[in-house]
Amino acid sequence: MRFLDEFRDAAAVRALLDRIRGAITRPWTIMEVCGGQTHTIVRYGLDELLPAALTLAHGPGCPVCVTPIEMIDSAIELARRPGVILCSFGDMLRVPGSSADLFDARAAGADVRIVYSPLDALALARRAPASQVVFFAVGFETTAPATAMAVHEARRRGVGNFSVICAHVRVPPAIEAILAAPENRVQGFLAAGHVCTITGIDEYRPIAEKFRAPIVVTGFEPVDLLQGVAMCVAQLEAGRAEVENQYARSVRKDGNLAAKRLLDEVFTVIGRRWRGLDTLPNSALALNDRHADYDAIRRFGVAPPIAREPSECRAGEVLRGLLTPPACPAFGKSCTPERPLGAPMVSAEGACAAYFRAGRSAAEAAAAK
Amino acid sequence: MSDANRNRPAPASACPPPSPKHSAIVLGHGGGGRLTADLVREVFMPALSNPILDRLNDSAEVTIGARGLLFTTDAFVVSPLRFPGGDIGSLAVNGTINDLAVAGGEPLGLSAAFILEEGFPIAELRLIVQSMRKAADQAGVGVIAADTKVVERGKADGLFITTSGIGLAAAESQLGPGEIRAGDAVLVSGPIGDHGVAVMSAREGLEFETTVVSDSAPLHDLVAAMLRGGGAIRCMRDPTRGGVATVVNELAKSAGAEILIEETAAPVRDGVRAACEILGLDPLYVACEGRLVAIVADADADRVLAAMRRHPLGADARRIGGVVRMGTPRVLLRTAFGAVRALELLAGAQLPRIC
Repeated sequence: MRFLDEFRDAAAVRALLDRIRGAITRPWTIMEVCGGQTHTIVRYGLDELLPAALTLAHGPGCPVCVTPIEMIDSAIELARRPGVILCSFGDMLRVPGSSADLFDARAAGADVRIVYSPLDALALARRAPASQVVFFAVGFETTAPATAMAVHEARRRGVGNFSVICAHVRVPPAIEAILAAPENRVQGFLAAGHVCTITGIDEYRPIAEKFRAPIVVTGFEPVDLLQGVAMCVAQLEAGRAEVENQYARSVRKDGNLAAKRLLDEVFTVIGRRWRGLDTLPNSALALNDRHADYDAIRRFGVAPPIAREPSECRAGEVLRGLLTPPACPAFGKSCTPERPLGAPMVSAEGACAAYFRAGRSAAEAAAAK
Repeated sequence: MSDANRNRPAPASACPPPSPKHSAIVLGHGGGGRLTADLVREVFMPALSNPILDRLNDSAEVTIGARGLLFTTDAFVVSPLRFPGGDIGSLAVNGTINDLAVAGGEPLGLSAAFILEEGFPIAELRLIVQSMRKAADQAGVGVIAADTKVVERGKADGLFITTSGIGLAAAESQLGPGEIRAGDAVLVSGPIGDHGVAVMSAREGLEFETTVVSDSAPLHDLVAAMLRGGGAIRCMRDPTRGGVATVVNELAKSAGAEILIEETAAPVRDGVRAACEILGLDPLYVACEGRLVAIVADADADRVLAAMRRHPLGADARRIGGVVRMGTPRVLLRTAFGAVRALELLAGAQLPRIC
């Protein structure tokens, strides 16, 4: 298949592995930011093929995983109200809140539906005028423009029975928080190509300079990732700390200007608590004053829930790249995709799910290193 | 790895403890993966256990006189009712024939039970029943018993069909996971994932254009050709819900075998690959309705493959892996780059209501 097979080509992979082996002279730790990248690495076993001197730390780039538990509790509360249809992406429905997930709410009678786009939720609202359709909006800058478009369209068409719980988050503040943490060991980053397709790459330059850490904007296929690693290793070995773009077939310096205009029109940047990363300033998107009437929490007067967060799950350390999933005592034992303790075991972008699906036990992970 | 941090309580990272999960049925219980296995083990087996059911085969075998009789049943809830390459009617016929076929059986007859929702258009029902007749005729099998029930509007999604089938067990062949030996080859009869992708392409909210049509087809004739061709066929399964990965896992578990699958060897159509990329699915887990997985003696693999390829439903048959050793039941996958990882049972439902 064109535009896919080239980036999964075994000969290209071998050549890049040779290049990395030839370039590396001492141990380095590189974090791939995005959960989609983590899944490719684990699915294809790229981490096993890389030289032992290179450690890949898995980053927080799983929006489902970092959505605060109180927002999930609020979504469940809203879903249980009569007349409400709650829509979200499939992964979000399985993430455990304080005492249940949205699928449990559905099994108990709530109208909870999977959609593949916020615009599908808006279309549903127009088809079901007697119901209130609430879209639980999660995702990084990649998916935020689609939510912005749905809100923009709702306003333009006067759709009064559509609203959103806005859990959108931004990548750069998370990278900054990881680099600023005293326990940090990450020396270079593979930034998320799809996020940068929207935002461009300029936001990352001050971070690379401030923390002297190379940031390579990278795609999601095996060849992309190994090329990103090769570029990052080359910078680290040469003592450079620049922003480079491996994913130039998708990412332009300034990003997608139309999408950025839409984000500015609908959202405002706020600080928010990330599950696993505490409160990060400027890390989240909320509906701005002009669009506040589309905020479901406000429209329905949902009281801030008292979330219950006990501590068997080590998702926070996983999300900050401090712990590999198989090293968590709960991994594969009390925490599995069917009975997840934490969101990273649920999401298609969660690091724990990536390891579990690839059947990677603690022993295998240790043997691989 | 962060040894320094391992014993430190995670600050804001905590997640809730396991709720006493699943006091009610969730969609994942129908996915054919771990949750289905849990349900069978925890609810059905304690109540219904008997020596025949306990084998958990696609078809039950009972012996009457000298001949073995095969019996199987299957419920169909596919949504939408019609999809490229088939509909719930033809699927209900082929699905049950295939459960008999992979047990080596010659189908004798089917029964069909219809649960209809008040308001369901009779014209639509007529089309679906005609489609059943056509599929049954093509397979040379009659629907020899049937039943109908109607429920109130909103209590069923249009139409559900349950079919049961009886068949004659093959006279000589011994088929079953117990026959699997180290060194055996794993074969698949054609491209995988067509049915799942065809149904998804027709599903509301997800319509996408594809040339992929369901592979729904009766397999008993292919199986008969394979058995006639000779060679030690150990065991066969039809990879429906949960796809090839799931049936290979089931076989590994039943046989206590370690099986290695070559990712690049599994035939996947471009349209299926493209749809799986978009939907975030792995073709190895996507349902087929007209394919079979066969485990055969290594020495006979080429012979069986040749017999399969001479049949229209096995024209693209391939060898996709082998039994590495007996002992620890597990399935490994060698990726395109030579890395080896486990190929696990699917957690929950990948695609609900695919059959």
